[in-house]
Amino acid sequence: MTEPDLDGRAATILPAGTPAPDFALNSAPDKTIRLSELRGHPVILVFYPADWSPVCGDQVALYNEILSEFREYGAELVGISVDSAWCHAAFAKDRNLRFPLLADFEPKGAVARLYGAYRQRDGTSERALFVLDGDGIIRWSYCSPIGVNPGADGILNALESIAGKSSSTKAESFRTDSTEVRP
Amino acid sequence: MSDGKLTPPVSDKDHAVGPDDAPITLVEYGDYECPYCGMAHPIVKSVQRALGEQLRFVFRNFPLAEAHPHARLAAQAAEAAGAQGRFWEMHDMLFENQTALEPGDIVGYAKSIGLDVTRFERDLEAGTFMKKVRDDFRNGVRSGVNGTPTFFVNGERYDGSWANEEGFIRALRLHNVDDSARVDRTSDSLTST
Repeated sequence: MTEPDLDGRAATILPAGTPAPDFALNSAPDKTIRLSELRGHPVILVFYPADWSPVCGDQVALYNEILSEFREYGAELVGISVDSAWCHAAFAKDRNLRFPLLADFEPKGAVARLYGAYRQRDGTSERALFVLDGDGIIRWSYCSPIGVNPGADGILNALESIAGKSSSTKAESFRTDSTEVRP
Repeated sequence: MSDGKLTPPVSDKDHAVGPDDAPITLVEYGDYECPYCGMAHPIVKSVQRALGEQLRFVFRNFPLAEAHPHARLAAQAAEAAGAQGRFWEMHDMLFENQTALEPGDIVGYAKSIGLDVTRFERDLEAGTFMKKVRDDFRNGVRSGVNGTPTFFVNGERYDGSWANEEGFIRALRLHNVDDSARVDRTSDSLTST
């Protein structure tokens, strides 16, 4: 696992070109979402530090508004933090959210760690964005300073680029896969 | 994540107050039902008074409609008033009455600022300005708007504080000085744009 630097920032999140590690997390107390089940569509993974904090509030509110534009690209968006499924349920209800929030709760931050997006010192995830293509390959990733709402322009650019390259996506992902299995 | 560059730049399609060649152009992306935008409204007024002809102020719509159910209608109301030459009158009315933005309230404001109410209502019912509001929103997202209000100063996102009006005015004045100091590098910036 990546050692945090002096600012408590994880040094590296998974870069573009990496196959996205699969995971299954609770989206509700009685419901689980597995990443690989979302194959076939672009997926936006939004790691954020915590429900209820002001910046996250703005960030999820913004994504909630732009959801229809993300869906024009056929993309699914999921939010991920170390909060519990019950906390997510209350937050989602309060903010009228129309996308799932996943609980990276037990073992705490395990999925954030897989993506290099865990802040050991704070015990939360980074404010990190990953855009995956339909084959589950990370096509764009970005880690924002923890106090800064990263907006949505980077996500839209990535989705646009995936849509533009959809014909070549298969070939690229095969290449990546084969690199992956080599020692 | 953003270069924080305003796209598209300010044009005659925008609602603007102040000279076109003012050294400082302040663009606000705002939502008429957003309480922070409501707080910013009198501050922007003070900034306009303090900077006078040095400032051009532009307002673009960024209604967070999922959070603020009246925001999109309010934005269209301001645009519909704009089509009758009364954008800023409606803009002020909406911000000064943020908690009363039901359709009946809005029609009342249209009457009080002397609009042709029949035409105003027809425009709202037909959604004549829906596209304009949506375009503002999309362009805002692309420019790196990440919440409301978001300000741009001379085309760059302003991430500093606006809540203290003296500090905001000082920051804007600095922008002006920066620009004049950069005059001799104009050729550089022209090639990069």
